[in-house]
Amino acid sequence: MEFNYNLEGGNFSRAGAASSEVKKLLKQLNVSPALIKRIVIALYEAEVNVVAHAYEGVMNVVFDNQTIRVKITDKGPGIPDIGLAMQEGYSTASPKVREMGFGAGMGLPNMKKNCDSLSIESQVGVGTTVTMITHLQ
Amino acid sequence: MTVKELSEKLNLSICCGAAGLDREIRGGYTSDLLSDVMGNAQEGAVWVTLQTHKNIMAIASLKELAAIVLVKGLQPEEDTAAESENEEIPILSTTLETFDITGQIYQLLHPLP
Ligand SMILES: Nc1ncnc2c1ncn2[C@@H]1O[C@H](COP(=O)(O)OP(=O)(O)O)[C@@H](O)[C@H]1O
Ligand SMILES: [Mg+2]
Repeated sequence: MEFNYNLEGGNFSRAGAASSEVKKLLKQLNVSPALIKRIVIALYEAEVNVVAHAYEGVMNVVFDNQTIRVKITDKGPGIPDIGLAMQEGYSTASPKVREMGFGAGMGLPNMKKNCDSLSIESQVGVGTTVTMITHLQ
Repeated sequence: MTVKELSEKLNLSICCGAAGLDREIRGGYTSDLLSDVMGNAQEGAVWVTLQTHKNIMAIASLKELAAIVLVKGLQPEEDTAAESENEEIPILSTTLETFDITGQIYQLLHPLP
């Protein structure tokens, strides 16, 4: 099964909508509540990163019996130093975005903690692809 | 304790989402950083914050929180309130500051023997 959700850069009022759709699907598929909780944290942070840092993107979700694979591809500024971006507390979010409570620099660390494997590919000036794989057992 | 009981005991005003007043409170979390709440709050928690924009409802819904308590007399924005009604997750408001209301909620949830 495969699903795609469009993500809109800059539109904070829609942030979380795609994650919420995936959460509903996971519930329908009888994925365990504990796993859903982890996956939802990772999905939300990935979704918010497109909203906060990129121009547009797609969340692609593929399920089989064993795994859920989420690939978030965006067009955006890219990440020049992925190692630095992964550090807890590192953020380039604007003051306005920080005032809203985003931009704590905890998104990527939350994603890493809440999936089984996280990989990030990014090209500066082009965009970023984040892939998260979680085993369903 | 239900959200309704909490609101009565601590004199919280009910801003919206009254359909969810029977939700059971299973803990609390106090933070204004959305990623912190997303990563660490537990299902059924009551969330104390000064954020009033719509994204707090996205988090409350994804995390299945029991309710949100806004401090310092703050009120939810209009679209935040609409989401609270949709999701049936109440938003309450107190005139107290974060430290004081958090302490009061803690005492109610963890009464001294
Ligand atoms: N999709 C993305 N496109 C461009 N930059 C990104 C993207 N995701 C993350 N980043 C960069 O990595 C930093 C850290 O991300 P994160 O840990 O989620 O913290 P935050 O989003 O709170 O800043 C961001 O501030 C940003 O500089
Ligand atoms: Mg982030």
